[in-house]
Amino acid sequence: MVPVSWYLLLAALLFAIGTAGALTRRNGITIFLSIELMLNSVNLTLVAYSRLLDDHTGQLVVFFVLAVAAAEAAVGLALFIALYRHRRTIDLNRINLMRW
Amino acid sequence: MTNLLWLIPLLPFAGAALNAALGPRAPKALTTAVGVGAPGLSLVVALGALWQYVTAIHPGAVEQTIYAWTAGETAIDVAFLLDPLSAVMLFVVTFVGFWIHLYSVGYMSHEEGYQRYFVYLNLFMGAMLLLVLGDNLLVMFVGWEGVGLCSYLLIGFYYDQKVPPEAGRKAFIVNRIGDFAFLVGMFALFSEFGTLSYRELFAQMAANPAQLGADYALGLSLASFVALCFFVGATGKSAQIPLYVWLPDAMAGPTPVSALIHAATMVTAGVYMVVRMNVVYEAAPGVALLVAGVGAATALLAATIGVAQNDIKKVLAYSTVSQLGYMFLAAGLGAYSAAVFHLGTHAFFKALLFLGSGSVIHAMGGEQDMRKMGGLKKWMPVTAWTFVIGGLAIAGIPGFAGFFSKDEILAAAANEGHWILWAVGLATAGLTAFYMFRAIYMTFFGDFRGSEEQKHHLHESPAVMTVPLMVLAAGAVFAGYAGVSKVLAFGRDVNWIHHFLEPVVGGHGEAAAHGEAVHGTETAAHGAAEAVHHLSVGAEWALIAVAVVTAIAGILVARAFYGSGRGVEDGEDVLAGKLGGVHNVLSHKYWVDEVYAAVVIRPLAALSRGFFKWVDGFVIDGLLHTSATIAELTGDLGRFTTTGNARNYVLYFFIGIVILFFGVIL
Repeated sequence: MVPVSWYLLLAALLFAIGTAGALTRRNGITIFLSIELMLNSVNLTLVAYSRLLDDHTGQLVVFFVLAVAAAEAAVGLALFIALYRHRRTIDLNRINLMRW
Repeated sequence: MTNLLWLIPLLPFAGAALNAALGPRAPKALTTAVGVGAPGLSLVVALGALWQYVTAIHPGAVEQTIYAWTAGETAIDVAFLLDPLSAVMLFVVTFVGFWIHLYSVGYMSHEEGYQRYFVYLNLFMGAMLLLVLGDNLLVMFVGWEGVGLCSYLLIGFYYDQKVPPEAGRKAFIVNRIGDFAFLVGMFALFSEFGTLSYRELFAQMAANPAQLGADYALGLSLASFVALCFFVGATGKSAQIPLYVWLPDAMAGPTPVSALIHAATMVTAGVYMVVRMNVVYEAAPGVALLVAGVGAATALLAATIGVAQNDIKKVLAYSTVSQLGYMFLAAGLGAYSAAVFHLGTHAFFKALLFLGSGSVIHAMGGEQDMRKMGGLKKWMPVTAWTFVIGGLAIAGIPGFAGFFSKDEILAAAANEGHWILWAVGLATAGLTAFYMFRAIYMTFFGDFRGSEEQKHHLHESPAVMTVPLMVLAAGAVFAGYAGVSKVLAFGRDVNWIHHFLEPVVGGHGEAAAHGEAVHGTETAAHGAAEAVHHLSVGAEWALIAVAVVTAIAGILVARAFYGSGRGVEDGEDVLAGKLGGVHNVLSHKYWVDEVYAAVVIRPLAALSRGFFKWVDGFVIDGLLHTSATIAELTGDLGRFTTTGNARNYVLYFFIGIVILFFGVIL
């Protein structure tokens, strides 16, 4: 059996990649993808522990996260479409109306 | 009706409140009905109460407690007192007040702010009645401040012009100085006796005369200190040296206001106070003499200024200051009943004179300069002849009210042996006769000197104005017969007012109904009644003759200068040329206002500006601005984080998580 630490290392790597993407990318959809990556790294951790501890609660939580992520994707994409119609861009550097 | 005492001040207050609630757009007839009706009803109740009081067989003072103002042992009540002194004042205030209200209906009919005027005037009546009917010093003080407020409001009645609001402010500020002293005196009495009620105060003073004589403050005895404080208070309200300067300026208000507030009632409040506190003054002979001296000096000073005034109201204003000086002269000499008597007669004839001048100003379309009048008796006979009656009364011509009261005061001075004060009083009497008849000749006799347009408009005032004139003229003649002295009555004892006031102001006989007539003290034994008739009857007659001759001489001199319209040449007073430099001094009122401006007002104003610039502008504003700047700087620092860029926020979020994470673990 693959030791749980491998899963955890992979999850940490995915999380770091996701975070870096979310912080550095300008395209809204890319950032979105990065966030999905972060979510799934967490899912991976949950599933790994669930298997290790033989407790199904972790897998249950994963389903919730997937459901929420799906809903989030739908809402987020709709927002980006609406934003694009207004501003002709989804470059987050140029969408800074909340500035002082 | 003495049990309805509380209603007397309440009615005018209610009238003021009702008119204020009805607002300026209420029908004029309604405003009039309320504004004149309230003091009218008050007069009816007052007359009823007075009748019952005077005709009672043993009139003890009527006291009425409305409610306890303070709880605890040192109770101060809102209470009313009807004793001989407040009875006289009550009659004067309600009677003269009512007729002036009625007169105002005619005088103010074309003015803006008719309703506002009656609100103020009713408010004044209420406050004045509170002042005279109050049973303790605190109620008196409330009334005292109330009349001061109404005085301020009514002097500045024409608030859209430049002069009246300034005059109102001046009156208010000058009065503050006096009020401060009044308060200090009141505190001193309260700290020593633990009460402010007249009855309790005087009872304690009578029981323990030594307390009044004990050293109190500033090297003065308690009596002297309190007497001095109250007198300073009186100099403010009653326009005596050094605080008289506000009264002539107060003429900027409507003329009926000058008649009611600045001649007949409010300005006599100081005299009332001194007489009310007569026990204290009897125990402080030095201060009493000061009162007499200041009174005499004010009388003379104001009379000399009055000689050189061309504004008809200014003449009357200085005349009022002068006559108030007479009252203080009497009060200071211990002739309290004479002071109150003169107060009463003066209220009648001075209100009459002011209302007469108002009638003239009304006809002249607002013109007040006597040099532009003349010959008005042809157009307004009622005004002219009632004015002449007022003039004769104030000049002290035998048979008229002023003669009897002025004679009492001069007799008191002579009897006490204060010949200097007597001579000053006599000189003032001569000057009074002169300036009054100067005014009469300039205004009503000779030829008209105004413009053709004014001449065209000349008319006698309506009945609503002339009837009060006639009523007050009757008062100016007959009020004097309430106090005919023993000499003048050929030895018969018919001095009603003197006997009536005896229970309050002391004198011979047992400590009367009040326990107010302090008899135990050495100094208090000098009631007016006892002092009178040190001189022989022949000497008294001689003094009276001298006074009458002086008055007639004053009138004749005025006639010689101003009779048949002689006095004004090329629009200037002939006296100005004849007296030269002296006239210049007088017409500039001895430059007292200028001296005050230089010595008091400008340094104070400079100090205020200094405070404004350095304390307020630098210290206080500086503190405020510094704290504001600090807040702004921290805000500036903080807002650099608010870039509006979502990725930055994610970064903050991430940093925060990391810090939290390591914070928890470490």
